[in-house]
Amino acid sequence: MHTAGIDIGSITAKAVIMAEGRVIGTKIIFTGYNAGNAGRRVYDELLRELGLDASQISCTISTGYGRNSIDFANKAITEIICHGTGAHFINPDVRSIIDVGGQDSKALIVDEKGQVKDFVMNDKCAAGTGRFLEVMARALEVDLYDFGQLSLDSRKPSKISSICTVFAESEVISLISKGEKREDIIAGIHESVAARVSALASRIGVRSPLMMTGGVAKNAGVAAALEKKLGIPVEIFPAAQVAGAIGAAVIARRFGSDR
Amino acid sequence: MAESPKIKMDEKMKEIMTGYYIEAKTASETGKKVAWITSGGPVEPLIAMDVIPVYPENHGAMIGASKMGGDLCERAEAMGYSGDLCSYARSDIASAVIEGGPIGGLPKPDMLVACNNICGTVMKWYEVLARFYNVPLFIFDTPMCHTEYREESKRYVKRQVLEYIAFLETVCKKKFDYDVMAEVGRRSIQAQQLWQAVLDTAMARPSPMTAFDGFYHLALIVTLRGTQIAVEYYKDLLKEMEERVSRGTGAVPNEKYRLMWDNLPIWYRLKWLSRKFAAHNACLVADTYNTAWCRSLRYIHSEDFLDSMAEGYTRMYLNIGIDQMADTIIEMVQKYKADGLVMHSNRSCKPYSFGQFDIARMVRERAGIPCLMIESHMVDERSFSESQTETRIDAFMEMISSTPH
Repeated sequence: MHTAGIDIGSITAKAVIMAEGRVIGTKIIFTGYNAGNAGRRVYDELLRELGLDASQISCTISTGYGRNSIDFANKAITEIICHGTGAHFINPDVRSIIDVGGQDSKALIVDEKGQVKDFVMNDKCAAGTGRFLEVMARALEVDLYDFGQLSLDSRKPSKISSICTVFAESEVISLISKGEKREDIIAGIHESVAARVSALASRIGVRSPLMMTGGVAKNAGVAAALEKKLGIPVEIFPAAQVAGAIGAAVIARRFGSDR
Repeated sequence: MAESPKIKMDEKMKEIMTGYYIEAKTASETGKKVAWITSGGPVEPLIAMDVIPVYPENHGAMIGASKMGGDLCERAEAMGYSGDLCSYARSDIASAVIEGGPIGGLPKPDMLVACNNICGTVMKWYEVLARFYNVPLFIFDTPMCHTEYREESKRYVKRQVLEYIAFLETVCKKKFDYDVMAEVGRRSIQAQQLWQAVLDTAMARPSPMTAFDGFYHLALIVTLRGTQIAVEYYKDLLKEMEERVSRGTGAVPNEKYRLMWDNLPIWYRLKWLSRKFAAHNACLVADTYNTAWCRSLRYIHSEDFLDSMAEGYTRMYLNIGIDQMADTIIEMVQKYKADGLVMHSNRSCKPYSFGQFDIARMVRERAGIPCLMIESHMVDERSFSESQTETRIDAFMEMISSTPH
């Protein structure tokens, strides 16, 4: 039985296809302005790559902020439940999850079955999200991938005190003009994101084993800063960005067999 | 999705509130005096003096429900008031200046009564009003009552009751009638008992009403407690709710989950939220806001109304410590059999929102139910984010529905 999970985030759209309890393919594209189209496209492209036909997919679950725009999905489930399920699928020992995506950051507590027991989300502010990092990378003219790597070379992270993305950007610009090193500024930015996210995560008492999911997990600098701030190891898996879509495909398997 | 059945008394409420505002707006023609008073203020002495009480906070709720809050708040900000200030205060001040809002502004006050048992903002807000309208202001100062009502607080507040009466005698130019006061006190207690009884019908499964219904039918216990109108109204409302219970009519057609609400309503999103929860077969069966206007019943007595009122008003829900707030919520969770707690973290109302994370933790630990936090402003719709709120509610309901009940 094949199942699919489609996760439409604010920046990227992800698709995952599973067969017999195994992930057989993943795909990530930019969401763009039309969430529904992005969902259809990422799904079709993945099917084509795998040489599958839509009729072979027995159940599809959509998730992410664009979850309700996916008309071909059997059901929409929030990304909170999907990230919990996805992280549990990747590592069943995990009890806490921090998911940092494009416009949201959230922390979850799951039980031994991967059921979400509690969660907390950032308030209406882009600080501590992927969008914040994107804005900063643009101000520093650094590619988003290099952004994460560069900060690992920093010895003396700059201090970014503004929480507001707009003000933090002007703070970064003034640090550049003061001649602070790029890697130090980036490390400072990562510490600022980590401080924001760890304050959020501490509200629900995250504990080991903790996994980080979402696109920002690909940024090694944020993960390292978060580990330092929380004082516990942060596990990251290569599939971190598609954890929500994996969770959706896992739920699709259960949902499909319940029907 | 099946629509919730309509409450018949909705129409009666509209009629009474229209009549009430017409009476208040024409007070200068009928020779009656108008006092603006805070929602948690001791209104009964005003009723005893035949003064019409007018509530800027009730007005704020109307502004919010008519989705005029954002515009009025913006105008207040243009006048120099900070966006961090309470949105009731901002929208009310703006509406006083421009005579705007859903009813073209409130009738001008002859006096102002601010009781700080709900927050500290009301003192500055009413001082602004006192300067603007050039009318006398009485500040009824209730010390914070973290745990107990101490002897010194008791003396301090009781003395103010006498000062309050002297203030009213001066402004109204007539003697205070203690026999009338005793009668008003009896009616106030009776209306509060009836309101509590109305809210208690929500213990039934399915619940005949939701907290959202309560937010509407609350208007009279706030504005007209102490009058016979409120007593009669709640008798009829109670009858309608009891009939619903005996017929097994639920406010949410397929009630499956029961939730509790904390903090003020998000006035401009009542319908949206109510439908959102109903779509998940969830009924908000209890809340800390509606009950704030009958919670003091445990302290007040008709035989010594004025003295006991001092204690009742000092121990209002927002004037107590976090431990007592958590105790109150946990008692309600158990009484109304709630499966989860939805907390509105309201940037407008600091005393209500401060401490919510601690309260949530206590509720989780002691009542064993999950808590959800949604952020907003009660009147300023510019601060509401629909998709974020929707995701949180959906996830919360997915979490609750996956837990065995």
